[in-house]
Amino acid sequence: MKSDILKIADTKFKSRLIVGTGKYKTMKECAKAIKISGADIVTVAVRRVNISDKTKPLLMDYINPKKITYLPNTAGCFNSKEALRTLRLAREIGGWKLVKLEVLGDKKNLFPEMIETLKSTEILTKEGFKVMVYCNDDPLMCKRLENSGASAIMPLAAPIGSGLGIQNKTNIKILRQQTKVPLIIDAGIGQASDAVEAMELGCDAVLINTAIAKAKNPFQMAESMKYAVISGRKSYLSGRIIPNLKGSPSTTKKGLI
Amino acid sequence: MNKKNKIKIVVNGKLLTVNVKFSIKNLIEKLKTPINKVAIELNEEIVNKKKLSQIYLKNKDRIEIVHFIGGG
Repeated sequence: MKSDILKIADTKFKSRLIVGTGKYKTMKECAKAIKISGADIVTVAVRRVNISDKTKPLLMDYINPKKITYLPNTAGCFNSKEALRTLRLAREIGGWKLVKLEVLGDKKNLFPEMIETLKSTEILTKEGFKVMVYCNDDPLMCKRLENSGASAIMPLAAPIGSGLGIQNKTNIKILRQQTKVPLIIDAGIGQASDAVEAMELGCDAVLINTAIAKAKNPFQMAESMKYAVISGRKSYLSGRIIPNLKGSPSTTKKGLI
Repeated sequence: MNKKNKIKIVVNGKLLTVNVKFSIKNLIEKLKTPINKVAIELNEEIVNKKKLSQIYLKNKDRIEIVHFIGGG
């Protein structure tokens, strides 16, 4: 079988599951869930160091950035200026060039602000960043992002943290046809079948945080998502049968008594 | 204590009073910040971590020290 490796901005990754590190009860729980998920990439956020409580545990003490790729994000940024400032700082922490851009425009539904997102993508690309872009599922905007140098197009399935699953399969199919860089479903996955569906639509990867972190049993859900992504990918590559309303017996009539 | 020898700076939104001729390196040491796990901004400009001892803080300087936390 031909090797099936995910490649983002010339870097190869074994797993097609990217996981977030937010919303876990403890860092220990987060680290264990990530290990079980088999993910090679984790998203991380940039925030102020707590200068009054130095005993607070650090993410880097639990998740080794030498063993797993940190993907700094711009969570909580509502304009280009904030997003650029955040990612320049992220790069300064440890030389990260692969980043996740997320410029929000709507505090209630957390939909992306696409004009600011596009502007930021152009600037960051010029500064040498490899930008994976959280976006809506509009094929025209996604094309413009790709033309601006985005390293991955990451449309939402549904609002962040909603767990509603893929709301617009048609757009994802259209995006699959037109997108040459990795196409990654980011946000809205709720259960394993949503991840399978994303992969069966031909997406190159999925990014999941809440569905794992807030499951009653995050470890079991992490494992479930790991296999969902593998399963969906293999199903997509296998060339499914053409759906047919008529039945077709699985057993030959030959030799029937 | 002579007030003239003191300056006020804002670190991560918190007001701190330090001596004059206080460098960013002095600040990092005072706060016991693990330097290889953070990025530092001085008045919204990223600070080169190799030059921390050469940058002296001035009155009303705003410093941000950030690191990675869990996020989606």
